[in-house]
Amino acid sequence: MDWGTIINNTLAGLLTPTTIAFALAALGLAMHFGFAGLLNFGIAGFMAIGAYGYAISVLTFGFPWWGGMIVGIIGSILFAILLGVPTLRLRGDYLAIVTIAAAEIVRLLFLTTAFTDVTGSADGLFGYNNSGGFTSANPFPPGSYGWGPWTYNSETLWVLTFGLGVLAVCVWFLWALMRSPWGRVIKGIREDEEAIRALGKNVFAYKLQALIIGGIFGGMGGIIYAAFANVSPGVYVTSITFFIWTSLLLGGAATIWGPVIGAVIFWTLQAFLSNILPELALAGILPVSGTQAATLRFVLVGIGLMLLVIYRPQGIFGDKRELTFVK
Amino acid sequence: MSNSDSPQKSTGLHIGEAGPGCKKTDPMLIIDHVKKSFGGLTAVDVEHLEIPKNAITALIGPNGAGKTTLFNLLTGFDTPDTGEWEFLGTSLSGVPSYKVAQMGQVRTFQLTKALSLLTVLDNMKLGAKNQVGESIFRALFPRSWRKQDAEIEIKAIELLKRFKLDTKQADFAASLSGGQRKLLEMARALMTDPVLVMLDEPMAGVNPALTQSLLGHVLDLKKEGMTVLFVEHDMHMVRHIADWVVVMAEGKVVAEGPPETVMNEQAVIDAYLGAHQDTDLGVVTGRISIIDQEKDK
Ligand SMILES: Nc1ncnc2c1ncn2[C@@H]1O[C@H](COP(=O)(O)OP(=O)(O)O)[C@@H](O)[C@H]1O
Ligand SMILES: [Mg+2]
Repeated sequence: MDWGTIINNTLAGLLTPTTIAFALAALGLAMHFGFAGLLNFGIAGFMAIGAYGYAISVLTFGFPWWGGMIVGIIGSILFAILLGVPTLRLRGDYLAIVTIAAAEIVRLLFLTTAFTDVTGSADGLFGYNNSGGFTSANPFPPGSYGWGPWTYNSETLWVLTFGLGVLAVCVWFLWALMRSPWGRVIKGIREDEEAIRALGKNVFAYKLQALIIGGIFGGMGGIIYAAFANVSPGVYVTSITFFIWTSLLLGGAATIWGPVIGAVIFWTLQAFLSNILPELALAGILPVSGTQAATLRFVLVGIGLMLLVIYRPQGIFGDKRELTFVK
Repeated sequence: MSNSDSPQKSTGLHIGEAGPGCKKTDPMLIIDHVKKSFGGLTAVDVEHLEIPKNAITALIGPNGAGKTTLFNLLTGFDTPDTGEWEFLGTSLSGVPSYKVAQMGQVRTFQLTKALSLLTVLDNMKLGAKNQVGESIFRALFPRSWRKQDAEIEIKAIELLKRFKLDTKQADFAASLSGGQRKLLEMARALMTDPVLVMLDEPMAGVNPALTQSLLGHVLDLKKEGMTVLFVEHDMHMVRHIADWVVVMAEGKVVAEGPPETVMNEQAVIDAYLGAHQDTDLGVVTGRISIIDQEKDK
């Protein structure tokens, strides 16, 4: 077995545009679920809207890259309002059902051939980073940067820098909100919204605000992902939502850094498994074929998620007392 | 302690003869034709009811009489099929619950709602009204809310001292006992500076030692100029602190009057004995002894 390659690829997974994109999405879920108690199972939908909003406004409407990204964010805000207004007055489970369905609807709308001219259908969209000017906004001259597993060309370095900047702003934003009296109301709503209503707070408005803030983070995640890869409807599937949930629960739902570090651990682990499992199959240690071994990692993710929820529901960084699923 | 002597009762609350729906000299809440059904069951059907200002009114009645449902309707947590009611001259029909609370009509719940995974102090601070930092935009600028937050904290700690919870302020509310949670919920309600405090079974599940101080707190509310409406099953307790008693049975107000007389009315005895043979919950909870001891002093 080529341990060198395996270790190298695993370490590279620590810092990639994908890791940053999913850290952002997990941060959005932390706002939704960890702090406000909103069960959003449609975070992939927010990412899709961010990504498509950016790509479509550049490709179809000729927006500059930053304008396209703003459109992506506005799209996520509208999506949050669309989901929240009819459901946030109802019991929490309704939001879960509506979000999971809405995310699928969004994906299928992008996938259908009815709007191929705009959405690219199954092929997705590409070239917008060039035509929107994101690529040429790169301040780093061409070349090779970094060291060892973390060696990047200037394009990747630009996306990483941009993504880390966005992530830093979002982390600060969430931290600033959650230490404020606004954050106190949000956590109170998570605990018991009727009690908060009885104290004179407009619970619906707060829940909608939380849904929008988390939705923006999710949309930003989609945008960062799109700034690196192409936009493809195959990415924004329900399993991505569950990967993000796993990252969140891994790090700790009701924490600021938990979702970020959870995402890093999750994608590093993914990189490790996708490298080692086929090798193990090849070496005859695993009684499966190479392709089967590659999908085996998703089975392991599922088992990991179950073990996590059972044995450490507060995540790695969470306070045991602060988040347990069973109340 | 304020409750070691017999409390000062308010009198002259009503106009004319005391009875279901009688007028009050100075009403705080006026309820008309409020009706609520769940399926075929009429949970509340109140023709007319006035709650006197600056007095302690007890709402009693057997289980299922509709007391909690009436609370829910009056505070906007549920909407009636018909009827209107006004609070200090303002109609409250259709007003959402959070606005009702903002107007100074605050309630607690029969099943205590402590915000378990928030600290006791944060529970309290949530009660304060008009907080600048609760607006999402200003929340980002601590300079706009720090000072107010510090003031709120001082007020919260003072109240916690009064309720003997100050040593617990850094603990999660989840770690409190059932009785302490009741106290916390009541203290938190007081953080809103209410004019009308509605307590749904504040003494249920509270151990006798705490009951004593809870009674004291309820009496203190009146001294501070607040109006109290509370649901309670224990007749001894009601007799001890209530200025006025409203009796409900099967959704209707069947009797009203000062505690000394209303408890002996046939309608009340029927309401209770019809539903329960063991009216005297005081015996079960052992609270009688406390009040008897007090009387002996
Ligand atoms: N949400 C509800 N759905 C159906 N029935 C209800 C509901 N809430 C209360 N009830 C019924 O209404 C009646 C009055 O209940 P409640 O107001 O809780 O009584 P109390 O507080 O006086 O014990 C009971 O018969 C109860 O079963
Ligand atoms: Mg009740």
